[in-house]
Amino acid sequence: MDGIHDLGGREGFGTPEVELDEPVFHHDWERRACGLTFCAFGLGVANGGQFRHSIERMDATHYLTSRYYEHWLTGIATRLVETGKVTVAELEARAGGRFPLSRPVAAWGVASLPPVASFAVGDAVRVREVHTRGHTRCPLYVRGRRGTVVRVDDAASVPDVEAHADERVLEPIYSVRFESRELWGPDAERAEVHVDLWQRYLEPA
Amino acid sequence: MSEDHHHPLEQSPIEQRVHALEELLVEKGYVTHEAIDAIVQRYEESIGPMNGARVVARAWTDPAYRERLLADGTAAIAELGFGGPEGDHMVVVENTEQVHNLVVCTLCSCYPWPVLGLPPDWYKSAPYRSRAVREPRALLREMGTDLPDDVDVRVWDSSAEVRYLVLPQRPPGTEGLGEEALAALVTRDAMIGVAR
Repeated sequence: MDGIHDLGGREGFGTPEVELDEPVFHHDWERRACGLTFCAFGLGVANGGQFRHSIERMDATHYLTSRYYEHWLTGIATRLVETGKVTVAELEARAGGRFPLSRPVAAWGVASLPPVASFAVGDAVRVREVHTRGHTRCPLYVRGRRGTVVRVDDAASVPDVEAHADERVLEPIYSVRFESRELWGPDAERAEVHVDLWQRYLEPA
Repeated sequence: MSEDHHHPLEQSPIEQRVHALEELLVEKGYVTHEAIDAIVQRYEESIGPMNGARVVARAWTDPAYRERLLADGTAAIAELGFGGPEGDHMVVVENTEQVHNLVVCTLCSCYPWPVLGLPPDWYKSAPYRSRAVREPRALLREMGTDLPDDVDVRVWDSSAEVRYLVLPQRPPGTEGLGEEALAALVTRDAMIGVAR
């Protein structure tokens, strides 16, 4: 989905605030939210794609205005409800008020397009212009752009598939190098940006 | 063990929600407070940038190790006893006089936990994630690192399975130092690439 989580290249956010000697957790609730999320993974309520997508499905304003471990809490609580481990009524009764969850999945059985070719280091590739309503790990800022394969990684489960079905389809992942001017136009800073992309995200350039 | 499991009053809404979910899962027998404590303790005490600093210091002092680290990061890091979630597919990228590497995750917060621990707030923030791939030099300058124009910038967006670790350049004037003393000089920010 083309959600607010897909932040590469978006403007208007200013300078990161860096805290010296930052603690691992800033509040005790962050400590508990982190730990209980790890534990909930052990219950089988989410694979990696399902957990990431549960956070991506948060209301966009909630996403941008909440702390990081609130994302985890909202995502894992959503998955616990979706898998029937707890109910919204139970959560809200316990919390003594509203317990905001993520929005429902837009489309089960997302039309994720199968791969069209395989590639080798040095190949020129273009990122396919696909706008899925479900989960994907293909960032918006590289879609339609041309780059060069610089590394081929082992096949791994395609997130677009595993987030929406109890199914794992394995495909190789390619590290693709993009010139910053290909991404951001002729006035871009001089840089090379590498993005790791599953096979189905790419086509020959 | 956290003291405030049992004080639902005087809590903020987010505290109430976390407390509610934890208590509910414990009551249903899905998790225990102790299991949560153990996980949290591990990430607060034994997993952090001190691990990555040992990897870097070894690479600075042992040329054969450096070669192995750059060729197969996962295996070389495992030689020092580090591995696990978010570290199963490690790629180490080396800074040189001519090249500076910077690591980001634009889609979420992917980060090499076994060598750096859990990421700091700024790494997960919208400003960092949005700008690292678009204006890395300006971003680095604002974060205190002014790169000469002739240095190449290579940004790595950890968008899939690989997690990246930057191998910084060994600081000049450290020829006499041993591995332990060198490790003390290695910062988390240098291993992400926001420091040189």
